[in-house]
Amino acid sequence: MYNILLGGAAGDGIETMSAIFEKMLKQSGCHLFTIRDFMSRVRGGHNFTQIRFGNQPLHAHRDTLNGIFAIDETTYLEHQSRLSYDGFILCDESLVIDDFRAIKCPLKKTAANLGNPKVINSVATGALLKLFDIPLDHAASILKATLRADLVDVNLSAIKMGYDLLNTNYHQSPVETSEQLLLSGNTAIGLGAVAAGIRFYSAYPMSPSTSLLDFFNAQSSSMAIAVEQAEDEIAAINMAIGASYAGATAMTGTSGGGFSLMVEALGFAGIAEIPLVAVDVQRPGPATGFPTRTEQSDLQFVISASQGEFPRMVIALRDHADCFYQTARSLALAKKYQLPVILLSDQYLADSTTTVPIFDSSKIVRFDQSDAAVSATNDPPYQRYALTENGISPLAIPGKSPALVRVDSDEHDPWGKITESATVRNQMVNKRLIKLNALKEELIEPEFWGSHQCQLLLVGFGSTSGAIKEAVDILNQNENNYGALIFGDIYPLPTERLRHFATQVVEIINVEQNATGQLASLIREEALINCDHSILKYDGRQLSVDDILNGIKNLKGGF
Amino acid sequence: MNKPAFTTYDTAWCPGCGNYAILETLTGVLNQLATPPQQVVLVGGIGQAAKTNQYITANGFSGLHGRSLPAAAAIKIANNDLTVIVNTGDGDSYGEGGNHFLHNVRRNVDITHFVHDNQIYGLTKGQPSPTSDPCDPLHKAAACNMGETFNPMLVALAAGATFVARSFSGDKKHLAEMMIAAIKHPGYALVDILQPCVSFNKINTFAYYKQRVKPLDDRHDPTNKLAAIEKAMEFGDTIPIGILYQHAAPTYADKRPELFDHIPLVDKHVPQSAVEDLIKRYI
Repeated sequence: MYNILLGGAAGDGIETMSAIFEKMLKQSGCHLFTIRDFMSRVRGGHNFTQIRFGNQPLHAHRDTLNGIFAIDETTYLEHQSRLSYDGFILCDESLVIDDFRAIKCPLKKTAANLGNPKVINSVATGALLKLFDIPLDHAASILKATLRADLVDVNLSAIKMGYDLLNTNYHQSPVETSEQLLLSGNTAIGLGAVAAGIRFYSAYPMSPSTSLLDFFNAQSSSMAIAVEQAEDEIAAINMAIGASYAGATAMTGTSGGGFSLMVEALGFAGIAEIPLVAVDVQRPGPATGFPTRTEQSDLQFVISASQGEFPRMVIALRDHADCFYQTARSLALAKKYQLPVILLSDQYLADSTTTVPIFDSSKIVRFDQSDAAVSATNDPPYQRYALTENGISPLAIPGKSPALVRVDSDEHDPWGKITESATVRNQMVNKRLIKLNALKEELIEPEFWGSHQCQLLLVGFGSTSGAIKEAVDILNQNENNYGALIFGDIYPLPTERLRHFATQVVEIINVEQNATGQLASLIREEALINCDHSILKYDGRQLSVDDILNGIKNLKGGF
Repeated sequence: MNKPAFTTYDTAWCPGCGNYAILETLTGVLNQLATPPQQVVLVGGIGQAAKTNQYITANGFSGLHGRSLPAAAAIKIANNDLTVIVNTGDGDSYGEGGNHFLHNVRRNVDITHFVHDNQIYGLTKGQPSPTSDPCDPLHKAAACNMGETFNPMLVALAAGATFVARSFSGDKKHLAEMMIAAIKHPGYALVDILQPCVSFNKINTFAYYKQRVKPLDDRHDPTNKLAAIEKAMEFGDTIPIGILYQHAAPTYADKRPELFDHIPLVDKHVPQSAVEDLIKRYI
């Protein structure tokens, strides 16, 4: 298993190089997990991608590097402290890097000889492939799929010439990866929505959710999705609500700042009982915060966002498979319970790419519109908000049945008309809230990982999942005493498995990518269970396996 | 005689409110156009005018204050078979919803927007709206604009609207003509309907409008944008009413490949195999 970093300034082409290199690795039989660390600028600064690859599935990044490809000295200076003693720095011969680990090559000269100085990254890609004994079999087809047609040949030549610059130094046996996908978290969310039959997506571009909008735009005509780049996030969510009222499976997506603008309409979907899925791809806040970086600090915000009281569900996405399956599930649950469902992702998950077993769309539980959608009548007048035992009223679609469908952001009677009756108010508030009773029956308990006899329990949610699991595996190699509960469904909070382990373990440690321990607060509130220690990170850089191991080491004095 | 398809319910408006005439005229127009009520969605935001959809037997969507236009546009995008009509006030349309007004003009979805413009905030009891008259420092009025008065006709024209009209609740025949033309217009159609607020607007009264409104005559060419801009800037001793501007242009649906076939989006299904093929592209 290897861990390498490709770094340079924004505009140096690191992103394209990485995409090609990752595909080469995957096609030649590697699993991989790549994170992207970039600045909120178009040119200059320092960006890098960090690619971890090996012959077993990977779910997180590690800090220690086996190699660095440095376009500039900054890359070397920023990351050399993480490079292992026997690691390498691949760079052009002109760079001023005084390090015994440096492999200086005529990258620029080779590119210049090919007549296009910009293919320097492909020369380096070739050199890296040789170093790791990755064959060039798939290079031509991958370049064709990735680059503009007129750039394919010169880049292929560059890769071949780079390949001849170095000797092989690393080797691992390949594994079968033809049943694996290679994609980012946001792409997986998009595919999940497509598999669930999304017909309408509206959003305003905001990092790190924008690639979701780009995905839907690209699939719009072939997958029958109306995609609207709205004038602002308020319009985006109100459009999704309008489309959903008209019977279209609808979703909106944004980051915390945009979600802040959506808050009033979230409550509208709640009181009007209109199915809605809103994705919050979190970044560090408050306000503009760190636009291109990561955090899990919107949890307490999204579970309480909007005035008044109404049922909602929040699902934290843990990995790329969750992005697919839980997005599809969220769209079904929103329809089934006629309420807003919020998906919590973050920049780390959104932008990281990984190999993941091919998604099985037959495993998706769809919720097709009930019979009421087309069979509702208007004699007697249709009650959009009919009082029922479980609070769920038959949902008709305008124009699809004789029923006239009226919905209202005001408090309303069963027919959807404004009311100020105290009796009806109580009936409607209760009706909406009891929908949660049925929903709670189908919540998914947090995933347990580790030793069932554990005395020390880590708790986390969302995208820290991979790092937590790998840290638990490493800790258990020495003392088989660690377990972890990682929440996906997080609001309402499923507490059964947590209560079970809380009686067994000695200490509970919450591991979160925020400064205040928001999951620990929620657990305290919902389960009356206190976490004993916290491992928190909020510098905008994702908590790694190593951060957790170090955190545990530092806590050990306190156990 | 058969009962008409569209009928009205009791309202919560003040006696003498201009909204009554608009409600009555709209109901008559809908009966005349004979679209089944199930195919009509009346959308509103919040405010006295926005309650219109509560009082007619059609599908109704009472959304958030200022946010009726994006919701209405999306309803139409989702189901092209529906006739989508927004009834809401000047505060909802031009104040709270100003950004949406601007961009829904540009979007040109085939929806109709009736702004019940009484130049005041009624439901909150008498604050100035964007269209209230400018303040006269010598004669302090309760509700006037310290800043510039918003000109919705001019803004709509500047933003590229393809149907811009004005009417008056006191001239039901004219209003009905404007409503029918607006509903039939393919694309976003705006009718700014001047109406008195009997409770709070003591300046722009029924008599005030009655004296000033003047239907555009045959010499006005509604396809001439410059002429429309000139008429849009007239708001004083005479207020021109009628279709200031109308222009045939591609609508939202005409520009979107996913809507080209005119099959309502809500009726479309993508075969499972196509979804699986898309997933496999990431192998």
